[in-house]
Amino acid sequence: MTTSVAATTSQHLKPSQTIKIFGLGTAGCQAIESITGVEFSGASLVAVNTEATALESSRVAEKIYLGGRRTRGLGVGGDPELARAVAEEEADRLRAACQGVELVVIVAGLGGGTATGIAPVLARVARESGAQVLAFVTLPFECEGSRRQRQARAGLLQLKLTADGVLCLANQRVLKLIDEHTRVSETFSITQNLLVQAVRCILRILTQHGFMNVSFADLCAVVQGRETESAFATVEAMGENRSREIGEKLLAHPLLDGGRVLSEADAVLVSLAGDADLTMAEITRVTEQITRHCEKAHVITGAVVDETLKQKLIITVVASQRRGADAETHPDAPDGEFGDDSSHSTTGTLAANAAAKNLSTRPPTRVLPPPPELTAEKIKELERRPTGKGGRRSAQKMRQGVLPLEVVSKGRFDKSEPTIRQGEDLDLPTYLRRGVALN
Amino acid sequence: MFDSPSIVVGLEIGTSKICAMVGELNDEGAVNIIGVGQSRARGVRKGEICDATTTEEDVRNAIAEAEQMADAEIRSVFLGVTGNHLRGFNNRGVHTVISEDREITDEDVQDVIKNAKAINLPNDHDVVHAIRQHFIVDGQDGIHHPVGMLGARVEVDMHVIHGKLNRLQNPIRIVKGLQLEVEDVVFNGLASSLAVLSKDEKELGALVIDIGGGTTEFVVYADGIIKHTGVLAVGGDHISNDLAYGLKVPLGRAEQLKIEHGAALLDEAVRGQTITIASDLGLPARSVNLEHLRRIMLVRIEEIFTLIERELAEAGLLDYIRAGVFLCGGGARIPLIQKLAEEIFQMPVCLGRAKSLSGLKSALDQPEFATGIGLVRFGALQHKKRKRGRFQLADRWIETFGGLFRRN
Repeated sequence: MTTSVAATTSQHLKPSQTIKIFGLGTAGCQAIESITGVEFSGASLVAVNTEATALESSRVAEKIYLGGRRTRGLGVGGDPELARAVAEEEADRLRAACQGVELVVIVAGLGGGTATGIAPVLARVARESGAQVLAFVTLPFECEGSRRQRQARAGLLQLKLTADGVLCLANQRVLKLIDEHTRVSETFSITQNLLVQAVRCILRILTQHGFMNVSFADLCAVVQGRETESAFATVEAMGENRSREIGEKLLAHPLLDGGRVLSEADAVLVSLAGDADLTMAEITRVTEQITRHCEKAHVITGAVVDETLKQKLIITVVASQRRGADAETHPDAPDGEFGDDSSHSTTGTLAANAAAKNLSTRPPTRVLPPPPELTAEKIKELERRPTGKGGRRSAQKMRQGVLPLEVVSKGRFDKSEPTIRQGEDLDLPTYLRRGVALN
Repeated sequence: MFDSPSIVVGLEIGTSKICAMVGELNDEGAVNIIGVGQSRARGVRKGEICDATTTEEDVRNAIAEAEQMADAEIRSVFLGVTGNHLRGFNNRGVHTVISEDREITDEDVQDVIKNAKAINLPNDHDVVHAIRQHFIVDGQDGIHHPVGMLGARVEVDMHVIHGKLNRLQNPIRIVKGLQLEVEDVVFNGLASSLAVLSKDEKELGALVIDIGGGTTEFVVYADGIIKHTGVLAVGGDHISNDLAYGLKVPLGRAEQLKIEHGAALLDEAVRGQTITIASDLGLPARSVNLEHLRRIMLVRIEEIFTLIERELAEAGLLDYIRAGVFLCGGGARIPLIQKLAEEIFQMPVCLGRAKSLSGLKSALDQPEFATGIGLVRFGALQHKKRKRGRFQLADRWIETFGGLFRRN
């Protein structure tokens, strides 16, 4: 199914929008410093941070420093809850910055404290003051530790609920772009560049005149409400065979997993940018190559002409995949917290969701572990929960635990690696498993 | 007293016994078994070493015995490996012939084989064997030697056996610790099939099941090539363990009961019969129900065969096995096991006998020695190939990666 956005023959300029790009946290602030170029001529940049020193050294004109009273300029120490509290306290200042802006772009590296905590608040405040919100975020490398991953995932989920659209780049995927000898600094600048490139391309789609327009609503239709993975990739090509070359390059792009992301995608937004020589045949050729790989997806195609691209053809693809179970899990998570361990899950909606999901997907095992210990608060919370809506979930939670007793000893194979075939442990006597009676 | 190349030694580190088999190659290339050394394996479970020190001792004993019997010095061995981690699968490689006259050259063949070997293995896995099945030239199937033929596109089917590198290296390290060289590692199932099957049977299609102490290996040949290999980490030990648990007797006694009274089928005669077992600890003598003993054995062996049968049925290979099933390994000694296998596989079943070997005939004509003899045959084949040189051998159809281990 392919929807071509109504092609307008007359080249017209989109009504100029006021755009503000917010860089949150250290990563976000650094990223927006490298934002330059024509696409951003109409946009103003704002740096937001909780570390006073880092903010001072930023070259961005407009700076918002949060948390003066609470943190005394030392940052939030990787605690998103604190960052969120700070942002809520000083929400008025954020609101003032969003006043009269039509499109707010949030650039942030999730996982740390500042960006993870502030981004959802900023998105909410911006929407309240009438702006559309688009977020570009990165998820941390896996080597940065599981706590950061968890925080980032929780932050991403919240951001998705508050922003109109979220484009997310998992840094781990960038590892495929680099080789053994790439230095750390280079790696991080690559991720930063990718982020900036994405912002640039998306803004180009949204702001520049095109004969096949892609509107903000189209973009949101692709990235909104879809869970977790939205991948994007940008490639460019020059010369005679640029349309064919660009398709091949795109399908080989590591961020698209060699085209696999496309074949699994539910919605794909394709945007071409070329110089004035861009022909219809070229557009057809490129889109054909892409649609062949994503037959079941909803494809939105757009094309813009940019005089500054001399003979270059640039294609930006945003692909997103809907995960089946997620639609039902996130509507009730607006005040979810950054559940990093169960001991401090008080409201625990997110953690509870995750636990419920784990419970429902866990394969049947013979021996169940004992039920987790319940704190007094947890019991109260379970009792308080309305039985009507959350009934299904609480029923899963209240599953009867079984003591981990190994009734049948495996004899001499007790300590060896079990031989499992089709879910059966072959080390146990067959007659026991078959229930052959010996009388 | 012998030149080292004329001596080929196969070493099998099995779950129940360690067996070193010494073969002598005569000038015509025939193999003559001149020595066997055995020792009980104490540190092996399910075909894999769990106690390196005692295993090293056992291997040393077996090797020493074999050396004494053969009156020869053993310097290098062909080592049999097995274990639950070994996997076999078929892979196809494709190559386009680029030369102008479209004649397939030796390089094309090397290239296509290289392509077929470029497979996605799990990180910690390594290839044990890459066995060439046959070539396909421009869609024409079943070609054995494509060099010199004309064609635009050469494909090759390979059967690749791979396993966890670390676990493969455990037995190798032990053998190296004894100052012996490992010439090559060989999958035990492959070795057994080499010992048991003749060329005709391979052409017809055959299934070899080697029921060992801790593992059961199976290999399927069809049209003269290996189609399928597999390992099931269930063997004779499991039967003993089941008996020990079900009859409530010590493991050693269960083993003994299995050997003395075991069978793979229930017959009317055993119904209600009991066996009295003397107690060596001064406890009162116990009686064991023979029917229970047989039933416990029956369901276990039946399960082993059924698992294999199901796997082969899924691979669609049952119809290709026309020569029948060949049983070997210690498990093949269980009385009536052939009948049970016939019932399950619905095809003729016989005990595998090591063929076309001369030497200690009566001593070797036992199913346990199939793997050891197969290892020697494998070694003999390798030696012959080495003599013929590297590139003449168009029929170098079994390629192994033993060189990899020699390097370390």
